[in-house]
Amino acid sequence: MTELLAVAVPNQLVRLTPIDIVIVVFYFVLVLSIGWYLKGRANTGEDFFMAGREMTAWVAGLSFLSANLGALELMGWAGSAYQYGILATHWYWIGAIPAMLFLALVMMPFYYISKTHSVPGYLRLRFGEPSRALSAVSFAFMTVLMSGVNMFAMAKVMQIVLGWDINFSIWVSSLTVAIYVTLGGLRSAIFNEVLQFFLIWAGALLIPILGLYEAGGWSNLKILITQRASEQYIHLWSGLGSFSNNPMGINWVGIVFGLGAVISMGYWTTDFLVVQRLLAAKDLRSAEMAPIIGAGFKMFVPIIVILPGLLGLAVLPEKLVPESVAAMTGAHSYNDVLPLMLARYCGPGLLGLGVTALIAGFMSGMAGNVSAFTTVWTYDIYRPFFNRQASDQHYVNMGRWTTVVGVLISVGTAYLVMQFASIMDYVQALFSFFIAPLFGTVVLGMLWKRASGPGGFWGLLCGTLSSIGMWTWVKIDPSALRYVALSPHAKGLAQDMFQALWSFVVCVVVTVAVSLATKPVPDADLKGLVYGLTAVPAVGDVPLYEKPLFWAAVVTVVFFILNIIFW
Amino acid sequence: MVSIWFFIGISLAVNGALILGAGIYQMTNPPANPVVLFDLHANVWWGAILLVIGVAYCFKFAPSRKS
Repeated sequence: MTELLAVAVPNQLVRLTPIDIVIVVFYFVLVLSIGWYLKGRANTGEDFFMAGREMTAWVAGLSFLSANLGALELMGWAGSAYQYGILATHWYWIGAIPAMLFLALVMMPFYYISKTHSVPGYLRLRFGEPSRALSAVSFAFMTVLMSGVNMFAMAKVMQIVLGWDINFSIWVSSLTVAIYVTLGGLRSAIFNEVLQFFLIWAGALLIPILGLYEAGGWSNLKILITQRASEQYIHLWSGLGSFSNNPMGINWVGIVFGLGAVISMGYWTTDFLVVQRLLAAKDLRSAEMAPIIGAGFKMFVPIIVILPGLLGLAVLPEKLVPESVAAMTGAHSYNDVLPLMLARYCGPGLLGLGVTALIAGFMSGMAGNVSAFTTVWTYDIYRPFFNRQASDQHYVNMGRWTTVVGVLISVGTAYLVMQFASIMDYVQALFSFFIAPLFGTVVLGMLWKRASGPGGFWGLLCGTLSSIGMWTWVKIDPSALRYVALSPHAKGLAQDMFQALWSFVVCVVVTVAVSLATKPVPDADLKGLVYGLTAVPAVGDVPLYEKPLFWAAVVTVVFFILNIIFW
Repeated sequence: MVSIWFFIGISLAVNGALILGAGIYQMTNPPANPVVLFDLHANVWWGAILLVIGVAYCFKFAPSRKS
């Protein structure tokens, strides 16, 4: 094993000792044991695809958060914090918290009461088969491709950080995920996501603790960052008055409306990868509480992601560079900041735990992709279009086989990316095309009963096409970014924000226009699907501290306080 | 069914014990190239914290405690 793990790469960042390897191996044994233990509890469709709909609010909430807390996310945003400063925190606060609370209080009742198995499934109930087909096919296709892209990226990280062979990383991780999801279905994926949540905090929390100790506390850290970068690296909002006043090249309109109101709403409320965890909750109150619990923890994730990036800026002796420069010069890139900080403070044992946290993050993200793909394929593509009348057992078997096939397609994508690196950019861009318009379609479907089937379909299609059009325009002529983002000073991240904003607007305008020109859906067909026609059960006579609205208010207050503190 | 929290307890306890053991070994046999802030012996106290939390979870959510 040691020989396998020590495939030589001259400039690998860290070197594992035997005790570290024991910790990594123990993680693999534990996740496979959990899958084996749960195999007897995944015999029906509800068990395999929806985890029996018996998860508590805490389990669903932590799993909901973990599905997004992948290793590449951790390393990427730590690198962004090094590159852009505290501005990267927007992706954890305004870029997540309002959307999670909106999902909990406004959208979750419709998802849950409709008893849908998936987000495309809700679209079928609300808008009909064409909208479901468009959403399901695009989601299934992109999810499995994204899983492969992430697999390759993670294997590459393992090669750079640990010197592991890429083939070894791809096959060991994918086979492990295939085994435990095939055995235990969604329940197994959720259990391992909750386990990953604890491992990530256990493995990563020491870095900010020790880093702040070395830097001399938060006040001294701010002084060091100001000296080594600029004062704008420690302010969340004060530099967002114009595009040229902050390191990200974005303004507050892009952050508030592009990120906060569209991209994050699209991701957190309609991406089935995360929403599936909530549909597995045992009752509506748990399904509403779960994203609020997730939001409560999400607010503090910057401690283990953003803070290490800022600390790297202050205490690392070397200057990190962009990925393109690193590839040419051999220097460390921004994305290496988290492993560099890990290697700086963590000796034997702690290093193994930190590496295990990264592996766990990657594998649970992959399991999330695969379990979501399996459900959408089986319920939204295979059943309606290929075999409508089969038994429940047949669909469970289809789910198990789809899990294996999904993993194999992901592996194939990973090898394709290995040969043609530019595919990675295209796949990531493709995924972003669907998110913002899908949010427009779903939220109009839930809140506006006049939205019709053709309106939903054409709005979704036109919104997606407009996003593809803007991306292609900027790809062909980079100077077009000034028109998309409304400023000659806009940079790359601003494109994502404004592209999402405009595609959402196109989706809403087209949906409204087509709906008003077509026949309305009878009220009787919209019961349980639309605001005003759905009887949402009252929370009941429970104490204040058990009410979702109370905890949403608490999270909102803390959210505002944090933004003001770091203004 | 065995609670997910029991599995988490096992994970934290085993990892904590291994990290604590490695930390104690390093206290008595300091490495040639120590990490930054080695003198704080983070692996000793962090390993101990994980071990205590893990054992507490294992005890509280042990399958034998369920009726």
